[in-house]
Amino acid sequence: MHEKNNTNRVLIDGSRLIIESLARSGADAFIGYPITPANLLYLYGSQRMDLMLSAPDEITTLQWMAGLSATGKLPVTATSFPGFALMIESVNMAYMMELPMVIVLVQRLGPATGTATCGAQGDLLLLNGTMSGGHPLPVLATSSFDDCWEMAAKASEVAIKLRTPVVLLTSKEEVMTQKSFDLAKLDDIQQTEKKWYSKTCCEYKPYKAGKDLVPDFLPVNQGNHQVRINASTHDQDGILQHSNKEAMDNTKRLEEKVRVRMDDYLFYDLDEEAKAETLVIAYGITAAAARDAVARMRASGKNVSLLTPKTLLPLPGQYAEIIKNYKQVVIAEESINNQLGSLLFGQQMPGNITFVGKMGKMIAPEEIIKEVRS
Amino acid sequence: MTQSMLKTQSLPYCKGCGHDLIAKHSTKALEELGFAPLDVIMVTDIGCHGIIDKCMNTHTVHGLHGRSAALGAGIFFGLEEHDNKKVVVFIGDGGATIGLQHIMEAARLNLDITVVVHNNFLYGMTGGQTSGLTPHGFRTTTSFQGNPFDGYDICKLTHTAGARYVSRVLGIGDISADMKKAFDQKGFSLVEVMEICPSYGVKLNPKRKLKEIVESAGKEVGEWVNEDAAFKQQQGEKVENLLDKIPRVPMSFDRSLNTSKSLVLSGSAGEGVQLAANLLAKAAMLTGLHVTQKGSYPVTVGVGFSTAEVNLSPEDIHFHGISVPDMVLITSQDGLNHNKSRISQMTSGKLFIDSSLELPETGAEVIRHDFRGVGARNAAIHAILYFAKETGLVTQEAIYKALDLEGKSDKIPLDKIKKAMAG
Repeated sequence: MHEKNNTNRVLIDGSRLIIESLARSGADAFIGYPITPANLLYLYGSQRMDLMLSAPDEITTLQWMAGLSATGKLPVTATSFPGFALMIESVNMAYMMELPMVIVLVQRLGPATGTATCGAQGDLLLLNGTMSGGHPLPVLATSSFDDCWEMAAKASEVAIKLRTPVVLLTSKEEVMTQKSFDLAKLDDIQQTEKKWYSKTCCEYKPYKAGKDLVPDFLPVNQGNHQVRINASTHDQDGILQHSNKEAMDNTKRLEEKVRVRMDDYLFYDLDEEAKAETLVIAYGITAAAARDAVARMRASGKNVSLLTPKTLLPLPGQYAEIIKNYKQVVIAEESINNQLGSLLFGQQMPGNITFVGKMGKMIAPEEIIKEVRS
Repeated sequence: MTQSMLKTQSLPYCKGCGHDLIAKHSTKALEELGFAPLDVIMVTDIGCHGIIDKCMNTHTVHGLHGRSAALGAGIFFGLEEHDNKKVVVFIGDGGATIGLQHIMEAARLNLDITVVVHNNFLYGMTGGQTSGLTPHGFRTTTSFQGNPFDGYDICKLTHTAGARYVSRVLGIGDISADMKKAFDQKGFSLVEVMEICPSYGVKLNPKRKLKEIVESAGKEVGEWVNEDAAFKQQQGEKVENLLDKIPRVPMSFDRSLNTSKSLVLSGSAGEGVQLAANLLAKAAMLTGLHVTQKGSYPVTVGVGFSTAEVNLSPEDIHFHGISVPDMVLITSQDGLNHNKSRISQMTSGKLFIDSSLELPETGAEVIRHDFRGVGARNAAIHAILYFAKETGLVTQEAIYKALDLEGKSDKIPLDKIKKAMAG
């Protein structure tokens, strides 16, 4: 029992890891309206964040967050589909305004109110279509307790550095189930620095970006430069425009900013096995079952690799490249419509790709094994 | 020379529009109160009034339709006392209709912002439709016979919600003194400025005068004050680190299990099921095992079944779902009803069940014991201690230590339980 003296073993849930990680990485306000199964995140957010506000609904939640973000804060909320649905217009607003924030989306069974206490993986396509204009919304996913720690910190970093709302996608069983865990495993988290425009000599243009495609930020509670923040189509000065070139270039830049800069935030695990002709792909809660399934298949002599995507949107091209190396690919996701597969291949699903899906219950390792062997 | 709030006196409004008057007199009032342009954060809504942004030397924030009061509230929450900023929200009657809840919330909390409602009795930007603030009898493009309903009285509503200061003024002449009074409050203030949209309102309601329209709709001009009302930030107790105070569970006993086992413990709400499962999980951790634990209960948490699922394993656990468990502990009829199906699917393993309950169909080995004899509240803890004694998968000593870690040893009648087990 080499770990016998270890004093950092705890029984813990993923919600606690996520909120602590967000707080350490730069989040300083939690705004929310309680919803199952995001309740623990709400509770911990209220205890840990410098500022906690109970909003009367999810639209107000996002609006308050946007206001806070305009003053230089990094606000966080946690919700599930019914709440997120109300937030969508305001997420578009914050994206257009380029205001950083993190939304932890805890998936539960839908559609509509569905089953509040039942997990699911049914929101990926919704997230892909959240932005009018098809602009990509950055989405990172947790697939383990380690990810609750690491991906939450990355969500803060992306939000601040790219000046954008970011969704941390998780699900009920990932944030409510308690698990024995060694806190000594956790790496230190550095707070992401909020770099603001510092020149006092020159005119400040709130939406003028350099090569990094991200405009310098200034909060509205300073008095050196006029700040204009705008959710409508606008020019570099932040002034409303119909569709002139400067304004269109700005709207295009928003798209390009996320697509290009998210290359720096490509996260996935590829557990490759030599000679493997089969690849299992699973993210989120199903990644746990996939890990067990792959381990069991390997123990019985089957060569199989495992891909666990963590950067989900914008969907990185690397996943399709990895898939090309395999004769058989099985995608497992707790939905009935292979949302990840749809994102990868649309209606042209290659014949060597099959799907294990489920609704109302977690996919078990044996279901993945069965599909691989079929 | 001090910069003026407005870049130009030539504002982009239709001739005779009250929005022009509001913009000029609001900025005049702010200037007279000594605010510099960058002391003011102007939050505008969607609607004709919202195109004022480009004419302002203040900070400007232009958001969604109806949401500007909430957006302004968020900005206010982010301000420090020493920032000395004034948040002003410009909104139309359409925006106030959509975002009524946001305005009411800001009034209820008495946030230190001023909302200026440009009530020109209809939706000007989209073609002159009736809004929630259109006065009774006023004609719009969607009610040619006149609005059959009373409009919301936004002043009464916000005053009742707790706003520090509310006023209704006619948008005629110099209203800067009225605006000044609202801007100079500590707490939530709202001014409803009544005006007639020159493009739709005047044409559809010829010869009607503003004063008469307002009076005939029963909307009194005046001011309403709640004394001593101002927002105070109230935050509960904070922790600096969420990980510091979770009980550590050091490995203290030799490992007692070489393979994974899944266990379901189920009884009734209020009978300590989740606590018992937590103790069992921690006892297993104390013996060097990896565990998962999750609870399941109806949405009305205080009644009906309470079920806990626990996995125990010498290895790290990834998938934690339990379909057919290895062991089931049932302490009440609620628990039995909730788990009958999976108990019936068991072809091996053990079922520990309270002796008062009718035996369900199962292929598991059945062990009956009077768990409830020590009182319903302790039935679940009794069950896990009995389970430990019978199976040895975790030890009773480990459960006692888990109780110590939780600081609950003195809250459980252990002597009584021990006696019941011995009997």
